[in-house]
Formats: sequence, C-alpha cells, structure tokens
Amino acid sequence: MSSVASAPPLAKRLAAGTRRPSTLVVYRWELRKLVSQKRTYLGLGLAMLLPLIFVISQLVRGHPPRGADSIFASEIFQSGLATPVLMLTFLAPFFLPLIAALVAGDIVAAEDNNGTLKTILTRSVDRGQVFAAKAAAAITYGVVAVYLSAAVGTLAGIGAWGFHGVRTFSDTFVSAPKALLLVFAANGFFLIPLLAVISIGVLLSTITRNSAAAIVGTLGVTLILAIVSQIPGLEGLHPYLLTTQYFAWQGLLRTPTDWAPITHSAWVCALYAGPALLAGYLVLLRRDVAGG
Amino acid sequence: MQDGPPPVKARGLVKRYKEVLAVDHIDLNVRSGDVYGFLGPNGAGKTTTLRMALGLIVPSEGTVELFGRDPMREGARALAGVAGFVEAPRFYPYLTARKNLELLGALDGAGAASQIDEVLETVELSPRAAHRVGGFSHGMRQRLGIAAALLRTPKLLILDEPATGLDPAGMRDMRLLIRRLADEGITVLLSSHQLPEVQELCDRVAIVESGRVVYEGALADLRRQGGAGYRLRCTDDAGALEVLRRQKGIERVQSGEHGISFEGEESDVGALSMALAGAGIGILALTPELATLEDLFFRLTEDGAAPDRRGPGGASESETPTPARGNETLAVAK
Repeated sequence: MSSVASAPPLAKRLAAGTRRPSTLVVYRWELRKLVSQKRTYLGLGLAMLLPLIFVISQLVRGHPPRGADSIFASEIFQSGLATPVLMLTFLAPFFLPLIAALVAGDIVAAEDNNGTLKTILTRSVDRGQVFAAKAAAAITYGVVAVYLSAAVGTLAGIGAWGFHGVRTFSDTFVSAPKALLLVFAANGFFLIPLLAVISIGVLLSTITRNSAAAIVGTLGVTLILAIVSQIPGLEGLHPYLLTTQYFAWQGLLRTPTDWAPITHSAWVCALYAGPALLAGYLVLLRRDVAGG
Repeated sequence: MQDGPPPVKARGLVKRYKEVLAVDHIDLNVRSGDVYGFLGPNGAGKTTTLRMALGLIVPSEGTVELFGRDPMREGARALAGVAGFVEAPRFYPYLTARKNLELLGALDGAGAASQIDEVLETVELSPRAAHRVGGFSHGMRQRLGIAAALLRTPKLLILDEPATGLDPAGMRDMRLLIRRLADEGITVLLSSHQLPEVQELCDRVAIVESGRVVYEGALADLRRQGGAGYRLRCTDDAGALEVLRRQKGIERVQSGEHGISFEGEESDVGALSMALAGAGIGILALTPELATLEDLFFRLTEDGAAPDRRGPGGASESETPTPARGNETLAVAK
C-alpha cells in the first residue's frame, strides 16, 4: 500500500451516495455464487448421470425391467418418452430430495461457517432480503436439477427408443407431443413437494449453522416420514405425509387428468413449506451472526 | 465539531452468553472525526461490542446507535455510511478479488461497483484482482477487507485488528491508510492490540477489561493522568536522593543506571529544583517522561482497575457504578 499517499481522494466517493439494492440483485448474486462452486455441479452431474446410466443399462440388457409396478417400465422400449417418467418415479423418493438438500442445507450454514454471512450482512441489504434470495436460489437449483435430469432422460430415451406416443396409467394412448408436454408438467408438479423439502433444508441450514447437519437433517425428515408411511395403523396420516406427495404428479398421466392428488399435494406441501420458510426467516432475523 | 448524531453512541450495552457476561454495560461515545481506539486484552469484549454495533449480534441489554440509528431496529438502513469488519475480513475463496468486490458492491447499491478499480488501487491489489481469494495471504485479505469497506463510501469505518498478521511494512502502510482516511474526514473506530499503532493514530480511546470500560476519553488526558514522571541527572546522586525523599509531593523515587526517576506535580518539581540548587547539587538534566499507552494499558487492565463483575449474578444496572472515567479510573488504577 505504498501508493496510499498518491491514491485518488475519497471525497468524491463520499459525495456520490448509493441506492439500496433490490432482493433480485441479491438473488442474482446467490446464483452466481452457486455457479462458481464446484460442488454445485456434483449434484447436477449426478442428476444427469443417472438417467444416462439407466438408458445405457437398459440398452445393454435388451428387455424391460421385470416386476416393475409402473406401466412405464414396460413402455420404455416402445417410446423414449417413457424414460423420463420412469426416472421421475425412481428418483422422486430419495435422490432428487438429496440433490435439493445438498444446496438447501448448505446455503446459509456454509456462509455462517466461512464468516461470509457477516460480510454480506454488514452491507446495504437486510437479513430478510438475504434469506429470501438464498431460499429462492436453493429453489432455483432444485428446479434446474429436476429439469436437467428430465431433459437428459428424455433426450437419452428418445435417442435410444424414439419419439413415440405412450400409454398412460389409465391405459389410454397419448401422442408424442402431448406426452412430451406431460413429461414437462409432471416434473413441474413434482417440484411442489420438492419445494417443501428445500424449505425444510433452508430452515435447518439457518438453525444448525452446520451444512452436514442440515443436509442430513433434511433427508432425515423425509426418511422419518417415509418410515411413518409404512407403520401399520397410521394409514390415516398418509394423505398428509410429504413423502406421499412425491407421486401426486402421476395424476397428470391419467385420462382424464386426476387433479385431486395434485391440488391436495399443493396445500399439504404449503403446510410444510410455509412454516419452515417463515421460521427460517424469523430465526435469521433475530439470530446472532458470530461465525467466522 | 459535532454535526448531527454521533457516529457511535452505545448505552448500557450488555451481552450475556448463558453464564458468561461478555459485555457489561458498556457506554461508548465516538464523535465525528475521531480516530477512536478500542483497546482491551483478549476476551475483554471488544469484538462482541463491535458485532453489536454492526447489528450482527443482538444485545442482551442496552442500545447502540450509528449516526442516531439502531441497527437492531433499522437493519441495513442503520449501516448507511458505515463500513468495516470484525475479526478477520471474510470473502468467498472461490471468487476472484474483483468478483468479491463486485458482489459486495452490488449489495451496497448502485454506484459502489464503479469504484472497484479505485479501491483495489488504493490497497495495491490491482495486480491480483483476477486471482481467487482462496490463494491470498492473510495480509492480502486484510487489504481486501479495507478495499471492501471503502466501496461503501463510509463516514464511519469500524476496523477490528486491521494490522493483525501484517508484516512491518504492511502495518506501516495500514497506519498510513487509516491516517489518510481520517484526514479525509472519515471517523475511525479502531480495535487493536497494537498499542504503538493506537498511540500514533488515535486521539480518543476506550479501554475495556472484563467486558467493562475502564477508561474512555482523550488519549492525551489519559497519558497526562497516567502520572507526571520525571528523570533527573545531577552532579551528586546520593545527595539528590536525600533531597528528593524529603521533598513534599515527590513520590516513587528510584535510582537507576540512567539517573533518578520520580513522580510529582509540576509545581512540586519546581520547588525540587530550587531545593537541589540550595543543597549545592547541580542539575545536568531534568526531563518529563509521559507514561506510554502501553504502561497505562497494563496499569488499567492488570492492576485491578476493573472489579470482577463477570457471571450471571453480577450487579444489576441500578447497582452498577457508572463506568469509570478519566481521573476516577486512574485513581483506582494507581
């Protein structure tokens, strides 16, 4: 800093003044931070890799998986568009929540541990803005992971077995373009329960200040709910378990479309996501930031 | 000169962590234009106080206002015109120095990002702007911390141990930078262990011990109150010692290799010189020696100036004596 004496004066900066940033600006930077981290690509890479492995293994195997309860298992050799549906069925209960939890559980805790949370909280943004931007970035990551997986599954499936119409759960036939639209929509509706998982992850990330604990905790919650769904005598709880909502999108693949599980899923997931996000927000708002 | 609310005004600031009282009814008054030293041993509560000032941690009791605004109530609005860092400045290691500043500039609002080149130049990090911060040395991160603070066009700069980990040249440059910023009208609240640095830079100080302020005021006053020490060289040390010990108002007389040292008020020293002359002792040199900040710091923080008031059963606010100020404190310290 030997140029200190010759550096330009600060007077003009003092006079310049600044305008406080919007939450959108904070959100954009949260995305840029995600894009700049290698671990971001680990989850996305896995989300793309699994459909590829599935398609290659089925090509090598040469016949559909036996004993699969999904109609799409027997359909995969008939149309490439059955692949993303089958993949969503496979990945929805654990893998995609895991991918989402990897970022959601890390997004506040990592900054707290690294001390960068204090860095950004001493700028011109409120804690609420930071929380909203982080939650939105985690949700964005979940959306990207789900659609990347779906896109790779679709392209690989089409590449392997062609762009043809498929049979639905109601044993009706839908054309290829409509099937493609349904694949897109099905993944979109799967995002509803995934949003709840992400909200729980962000809450745990804020409370625990420990990435590993938050990620494991998020998966733990979904695992416990999955176990509860298997306990005899608790069938009455099934409609309200988050894990049950993972398959609500299947209502789309019936003729006529069964909206009941989807609308039910929407409000049940809102009951998980809303309180989790509100609690996370309130915790961050009043919490000591002493890390780093 | 005091325009508007003071840069920092803390009243009865308390922070408890379960059984530990980290900050115990601290009052601070940083005035506009001050270079204000915030001193204390490790664990005295300096960083906790600064965190409360920046709104990072919630006070258990009391308030702190920056330019009249409470960060706990007003959030980021209260930090307008305020910049700095507590403990080591932290950045995103996977981003370059420039990207880090772009991020922070974006979070400061429109206009801040346009100053990145200038602040990088100020802290001499322009050649490393495109390098990832993960590979930076501690000193480079400290400088980047200053650059990040300058992006906010601060009127108040809060720096927690900014020279820690810097080599002597880096420390000198940091002092120069702080001096220059102060000369440009920025109020500086500087927490530091580097007592010579504080002595050189600061005009007012607060000294904390065990979470309490044991002195707050002008550094010059503190040094004056620290005792008017003198050193005497004369033609007859033995005779002078006898005169000194008899002389009213002269205390702490000690003979050493470099002459005789003692303490006394100016008027008593005047009388002493007459008495020495009367005893036929020639004065070769009689020089005043002001206590150094280091002397005073240790006197205030190690000689029991601050009573032990830690723990949850500490005195309530009504029972708490007003934190000592100036003469009162030093009277205890002596």
